Amino acid sequence: MVQQPPDQSYVQIYRAHAGRVLAALIAYLRDFQLAEDALQDAWVDALNQWPRDGTPQQPQAWLLTVARRRGIDRLRRAGRERDSANEIRRARELDAHWIIDESQIPDEQLRLIFTCCHPALKSEHRVALTLHTLCGLTPEEIGRAFLTSATTMSQRLVRAKRKIRDAGIPYRIPEGEQLIERVTGVRDVIYLVYNEGYNATASETLNRPDLCLEAIRLARLLFAALPYSENGGLLSLLLLHDARRPARVDELGIYVPLLDQDRKKWTADKIEEGRQLLLQNLARRRPGPYQIQAAISAVHCDADTRDDTDWRQILGLYDALLGFTDTDVVRLNRIVALSYVESPAAALGELSALADALAEYQPFHAVHADLLLRNGESDRARAAFSRAVALSSNAAERAFLQTKRALVD
Amino acid sequence: MQYIALIYTAEDENFDPASEEAKAMWEAYGAFTQKIIANGQFKAGDALMPSHTATCVSVRNGHTSTTDGPFAESKEQLAGYYLLDCADLDEAVAIAAEIPDAAHGTIEVRPVMIP
Repeated sequence: MVQQPPDQSYVQIYRAHAGRVLAALIAYLRDFQLAEDALQDAWVDALNQWPRDGTPQQPQAWLLTVARRRGIDRLRRAGRERDSANEIRRARELDAHWIIDESQIPDEQLRLIFTCCHPALKSEHRVALTLHTLCGLTPEEIGRAFLTSATTMSQRLVRAKRKIRDAGIPYRIPEGEQLIERVTGVRDVIYLVYNEGYNATASETLNRPDLCLEAIRLARLLFAALPYSENGGLLSLLLLHDARRPARVDELGIYVPLLDQDRKKWTADKIEEGRQLLLQNLARRRPGPYQIQAAISAVHCDADTRDDTDWRQILGLYDALLGFTDTDVVRLNRIVALSYVESPAAALGELSALADALAEYQPFHAVHADLLLRNGESDRARAAFSRAVALSSNAAERAFLQTKRALVD
Repeated sequence: MQYIALIYTAEDENFDPASEEAKAMWEAYGAFTQKIIANGQFKAGDALMPSHTATCVSVRNGHTSTTDGPFAESKEQLAGYYLLDCADLDEAVAIAAEIPDAAHGTIEVRPVMIP
């Protein structure tokens, strides 16, 4: 038994490989829980052997080999204990087929994304399972990201894994029409993972796993395997968003809205990659919501200063986006563009239609306050800022809104 | 694996089994059933009489109570089922999507428990 906390260098090696090893094990053993238990066994073995024998040259291959063996042992033991011929036979079959090929791991991961993002799972279960299985995050880490306890998150993961097993959700990339429908769901989960990380950059919870980079990794994997223009659009959108991440919070930890950001802090190579990708995909003339959102992001990145922003083009893009996703939040963003193309007064006229639906949505009140301020209605602007402050759930954003409110003369 | 596809539809009291619409529906079901039989996915399947013919039975403390009507009063009622033989949920969902009533009602797909 290991009594002392494990050496941090071993933990780092393990964490760097665990996600990929787990994907290969699930594909091989066809059982989430068994794969996880087997990997856990291999980790215990590693902590016993690595200090004594030295760290293996190829830790990933080492973990995979040991975990595979441990998985088969577990299956055989369970078969004997339960006297189940089925499990004993499965163990024998697996033993005879040593087919984990490390070069196949990206394919296994892709297959697993489709399993983890299956529409037969609840939406919040999909996100949690993706983070756990494909990004190797612990229930504690995912719980922290979603502001729930590790216990709640563990239960969620257990339920999701049970549904996969009992309902017979397959480990494969769907075909034909199912693929078109399902890949949309996969994109949405990756985008949720990204947003969770993006919004948390400014939140009180520090020391968080980097969800943004994991989401970008998954988007790359998806686009590499299925180079649809919308998959490219998603990757492009994430890169363009991520380019602006360093500028979203200032030195004092206060949130900085897009138009006020120091554009020198934006990451040039991410903008370049995102832009190139977007242009290539737009040229294929299969537009979709992710490409359009990426295009909006790119127009912002094209402007050298906030005053150079091509609002007319952004307004046109929001109109196009409404054709794909007509939601109140998209309408709200379109109204912001309208306020620059026409006037704050014109925008306020359209904003009132959203007041009921978005009454509890912080950005609605922040936009409302900004429009009122620009329209010379100070008292009402102050009240709208107060409403936004009350609805804000993170410190950096709250600090920004309070400062804005204080500056209303 | 075996899956059951439970077909829930809104009942129409003025439903006329002799109408053109009804005939078209029966034909669609016939074609669909033949197709899944040919694919080796069909185990069983039936249409049910409307929910006004339903009776609920329960036994408490040794007493049997019998009441009129379906278990749950709701807009959509159980109207029929198919028992299917499929490799996995994706296959079952693909078949369920082709059940003619999926276009109006809802199909609940569940794996059958294997003891």
